[in-house]
Amino acid sequence: MFDQIVTVILISIVAFFSVYVITPFLIRTLEKRNLTVKDYHRKGGAMIPRPGGPSILIGIIASEITLYAFFPTTAIITIIITTSLAFVVGIIDDRWTFGGWFKPLALAASATPIIFLGAYDSNLAFPLFGSFKIPALYLALIIFIIPITGNTINSIDVLNGVASGFMTIASFALTISLFIMQHYEIAVASLPLGFVSLAFYKYHKFPSKIFPGDSGALTLGAMYGVIAILGHVEIVAAIALLPAVINSFLFLSSVKRVVEHRQIKNPTAVTSDFKLMATSDKDAPITLLRLILAAGPMTEKQIVLVIFKLALFSASLAIITAFMMGIKI
Amino acid sequence: MKNYTIFSFIFVMWILIIIGGGLLVAFTSMISIEGYVTVGPLELYYASIAKALIAIILVIIWVYVLTKIKNWMFHKKIKN
Repeated sequence: MFDQIVTVILISIVAFFSVYVITPFLIRTLEKRNLTVKDYHRKGGAMIPRPGGPSILIGIIASEITLYAFFPTTAIITIIITTSLAFVVGIIDDRWTFGGWFKPLALAASATPIIFLGAYDSNLAFPLFGSFKIPALYLALIIFIIPITGNTINSIDVLNGVASGFMTIASFALTISLFIMQHYEIAVASLPLGFVSLAFYKYHKFPSKIFPGDSGALTLGAMYGVIAILGHVEIVAAIALLPAVINSFLFLSSVKRVVEHRQIKNPTAVTSDFKLMATSDKDAPITLLRLILAAGPMTEKQIVLVIFKLALFSASLAIITAFMMGIKI
Repeated sequence: MKNYTIFSFIFVMWILIIIGGGLLVAFTSMISIEGYVTVGPLELYYASIAKALIAIILVIIWVYVLTKIKNWMFHKKIKN
């Protein structure tokens, strides 16, 4: 027991401090290479380094390898490979812009190690009603989960600090749920995701010093998806992610096709006092941000706070669901 | 609490997930295919495909219901 507690503390420290220490170096390197993008919501339109994905990936790999040294399991290898492949997809998309179908298809391919390494169980567990075995459908589900979680986190990465802050809340809720459901091995393996997100949030929060980019958002989203599969907590994971799921759902039901977010009209506009407001453009998609702004113009910090409140609400529902998994009616 | 329609929508989605899960488990647990093929694993495979089809149909119904609820809850906000 003592060994396990030491391991938990050690991997949490490795995850947090590797990102905390490496990110300032990454910021300077990106600035030197002129790899920056304009922050349109900021007064003066500051140029922000992007992508922060490399420091996120280093944090995840360093902590998962540390965990592997103590408890060598296939699950950890699966997390490392799938997350790394999703990072590669993201870094390609950061450098070159592809069509809307590139990311879902490439992320689906990055989910294949989960199948080849046999690190899954085809039971899908629901609260109160038990689980059901679906060998045929579950393989398809694996292929779908990683693109969904990756793109969902990517689509919510629209304001300073949202993707990393949201992922911090959702992943800690997932870890708590895994502990409640007594899936200790995966619960420990999921800890780095929360600590890496938290450390990155320090630089990503308003006013951002770095943006995660597709490589950062897809890495975080893909790791979240892998943990959901390996820990048999797909439903709990989906519930913790509900605000981001609503964002994607609203977007897809208004655009009615899979499209790269850079190719669509911005659903918001900036007022003269640098507040954000919903645009009156009929062709702009409906998103979570646009719904929040329907109440009136808000500062970026105020919107981020609303999104975090929604994330905390969903995280609470996810934890309640984890408790309900132990009850059968 | 200007945004509590969104909180309510999240809560409704949560309830729908729990009810949908219950229906899925209830419908699929009734399925077992026997007597048509002689090899055991193949029977399981066919049962799995049948379960998958039911699950997909239920998900489509779930998304349809959710879309209707979304339109009803966010009608005013979307119109603005």
